Amino acid sequence: MSDLFPLVEMSRSQFALTALYHWLFVPLTLGLSLIIAIMETIYYRTGDEEWKRTEKFWMTLFGINFATGVATGIILEFQFGTNWSNYSWFVGDIFGAPLAIEGIMAFFMESTFIAIMFFGWNKVSKKAHLAATWLTCIGAALSALWILVANAWMQYPAGMYFNPDTVRNEMYSFFDVVLSPVAINKFFHSVTSGWVLAAVFVLSISAWYLIKNRDKALALRSSKLAALVGLAGISIVFYTGDGSAKQVAHKQPMKLAAMEGVYDGKKGQELIVFGILNPDKKSYADTTETFLFKIKIPRLLSYLATGSTEGYIPGINNIIDGGYKAEDPFTGDTTITLSARERMERGKKAVLALSQYKKAVAANDTEAAQYAEEKLQQNYDSFGYAYITDIAQLVPPVPLVFYSFHIMFTLGIYLFILFTAVLFLTYKRNYERYKPILYIVLFSLPLGYICLESGWIVAEVGRQPWVIQDIMPTYSAISDINVKSVTATFWIFAIFFTVLFIAEVGIMLNQIKKGPDPQNR
Amino acid sequence: MITTLTFYQHYWWFIISLLASLLVFLLFVQGGQTLIRQLGHTDTEQSMIINSLGRKWELTFTTLVVFGGAFFASFPLFYSTSFGGAYWLWMIILFSFILQAVSYEFRSRKGNLLGARTYDLFLYINGFMGTFLLGIAVATFFTGSEFYINRDNIIQRGAPVISIWQNPMHGLEAIISPVNIMLGIALFFLSRIQASLYFIGNIDSRPIKERIHRQLYRDAIPFLLFFITFITIVFTKDGLQTDPLTGIQSVEEYKYIKNMIQMPWNMLLFIIGVATILTAIIWSLNNPLFKKGIWLSGTGTVMTVLSLMFAAGYNNTPYYPSVSDIQSSLTIYNSSSSLFTLQVMSVVSLLIPVVLFYIFAAWRAMDKKPITATEIKEGGAKY
Repeated sequence: MSDLFPLVEMSRSQFALTALYHWLFVPLTLGLSLIIAIMETIYYRTGDEEWKRTEKFWMTLFGINFATGVATGIILEFQFGTNWSNYSWFVGDIFGAPLAIEGIMAFFMESTFIAIMFFGWNKVSKKAHLAATWLTCIGAALSALWILVANAWMQYPAGMYFNPDTVRNEMYSFFDVVLSPVAINKFFHSVTSGWVLAAVFVLSISAWYLIKNRDKALALRSSKLAALVGLAGISIVFYTGDGSAKQVAHKQPMKLAAMEGVYDGKKGQELIVFGILNPDKKSYADTTETFLFKIKIPRLLSYLATGSTEGYIPGINNIIDGGYKAEDPFTGDTTITLSARERMERGKKAVLALSQYKKAVAANDTEAAQYAEEKLQQNYDSFGYAYITDIAQLVPPVPLVFYSFHIMFTLGIYLFILFTAVLFLTYKRNYERYKPILYIVLFSLPLGYICLESGWIVAEVGRQPWVIQDIMPTYSAISDINVKSVTATFWIFAIFFTVLFIAEVGIMLNQIKKGPDPQNR
Repeated sequence: MITTLTFYQHYWWFIISLLASLLVFLLFVQGGQTLIRQLGHTDTEQSMIINSLGRKWELTFTTLVVFGGAFFASFPLFYSTSFGGAYWLWMIILFSFILQAVSYEFRSRKGNLLGARTYDLFLYINGFMGTFLLGIAVATFFTGSEFYINRDNIIQRGAPVISIWQNPMHGLEAIISPVNIMLGIALFFLSRIQASLYFIGNIDSRPIKERIHRQLYRDAIPFLLFFITFITIVFTKDGLQTDPLTGIQSVEEYKYIKNMIQMPWNMLLFIIGVATILTAIIWSLNNPLFKKGIWLSGTGTVMTVLSLMFAAGYNNTPYYPSVSDIQSSLTIYNSSSSLFTLQVMSVVSLLIPVVLFYIFAAWRAMDKKPITATEIKEGGAKY
């Protein structure tokens, strides 16, 4: 197993690199497409050419961003095969379907209508153009839906069973996969976080125009709309974030414990509002104090995660030791949790039973096969634990998850205040006169990106080591490829994506300096 | 609802074949990217060509992505084996498509870091590598690859990978196989022919049309040479035959030509397809007013590729033969998703005609008038 670690780590790094870059561009596509569609709707209804000019300006920036999102997206899809080929077979029966549907339903819609949106102004009617713009926006949201259904399934497997004959998981309920509460929550959380980022993007660039005292009409109109979209977005993000915390508390308690740096849980667990982790704490097993400094709100984490101030929140050590009562919020069933060692034993029993099943089938021994299959299914919920060789592997990197979560949370609150303030000033006051506010808005742009990337890190790093929760760790999901090849492609992508990123930023800055096309006046 | 797994396996091989054939047709964008300098001698002419292609590149790109997604959903063992095994072949293909994705949007923008010429070079690289290497990848459906499959490997907790690639070159070996190269080159020239035919209808420029006339000869001759050679080799080589009852593979002489004979409708499809491509080329060469060549050759291409894909996967033929261990070869039976998943996906596939309809409608609306030099010089949205 130890031979696989460098390959697993390199494959993870490559996937993380691609996903991090992809997640820089996609949220802006999701949110900006909505803002553009609203602008065009206003233009369509009022006939006000200034709205068309405003829309076309943002559309140019949208196009530049869209191209890079597409470039990073193709690599993500195919990496499931190139770097995670075992995964592709083990769960391809379930995971492949959303990816294919994404392509058929969403990508074609997006790619067909985006051409009309950009080049069709003089080729199709106003109404048809408006429809194309909305269809591009809907296509982008639909593509997010299907990939998030797939992602949610990895974090909350549902609607499938393990088939020992084909040695893979197979789907029995498409609706359980698509309509899983985690999938629905994740979809709205991610898409509306895209609205938030696009709103910050529009506000920030508009603030620059107002500071420079140019293109004021465009900047003010854009700011009003962006603040509205941003406020709506961040409100939904908070609501779905709350839902997400409850789901994580139930299905991925280790992730929640890492998010809050809880090693020893209790009833009435406090929420850490701000904290500095003790760098001397190297392992879950040592007794070193977790925090050097913390500001906490008593009982709030229990309330947020369970709906009760007396709710029990297990810490990392409790999850490893097991033996506490866990209630399923969906069914109301209460179970006593198993320890990590017990789950590792169950996982090994499941793998052994699979091996016995295969031998029994080869020997045409129906009775033995049936017995082995029963044992396999009894222990299958811990199948992935068979590949865990050290309990420490079950603990995600706590500092990274903890700080990412707190950065995301703090910036979320900051953005809520920002959108509210801008909305108030644009509707009730002379916004362009508040120069300090304009500077704050201008410099908030990177904070929007940091907020979203932090959210991605919480979701994806927090679930480690699982590629499919409890069923498949990253160690058993890999391709049979040498680590040098993956290292080479990692660096090729790292260099190229960075070059593209710099190029995109350069183009964007030039385009922003240039401003809206005077021909569109 | 039809409940036979075999039916859905055949149905999904048809869908995969359809997507592959549409992808090959849409590779005219890549072919066109290799002709920018040959056909466009001035900045305006080159800009007309790039803008003509730039309004279609996303369709090709999306078709490639959907092809991958559909393969994953319907035949996940192929996705697992080929992508993870022929790592370098697929990575180079993907890398060339990343180059394409940004080049149209970035090339003429100020502050693009690398300069317009670099992005034009990226387009050329994608044009050549995309077509040539996809041809290589498709050729392996007939020539085979070196892999071994053992689903029970998941039980080996120290080395749980089920698909093992036997060649340490991980896909690069396919690129140096002469037979694969034949199809790679044929596809490269076919995409250039289709690009020329597309430009005839989509660009209103007399000098470009005159150059296209000469270019068609230059591309048609090597295409025919390499394609006929590849087909001759494939039709006269041995292939694998799957026993439908036991799933055991055995070597069969002249397997692919036998497939054509045993599926005469497929033979007919192939002949009509090739004849249609040739007709499109000849008509376009002889009649300067004929602008529909792209649709004619596109139809021919779709028919030809469909026919070859059917020959590769139907009639109890492993579509992804293993030359290391023939029993590991992938058939539509042993590599597919479950019946339930294929049924669900089949319901979704009913959307494909709707998708094709709106693509066609959007294409027509956008291409009603060909691109002119005036349109390019006037400003507005352009690459």
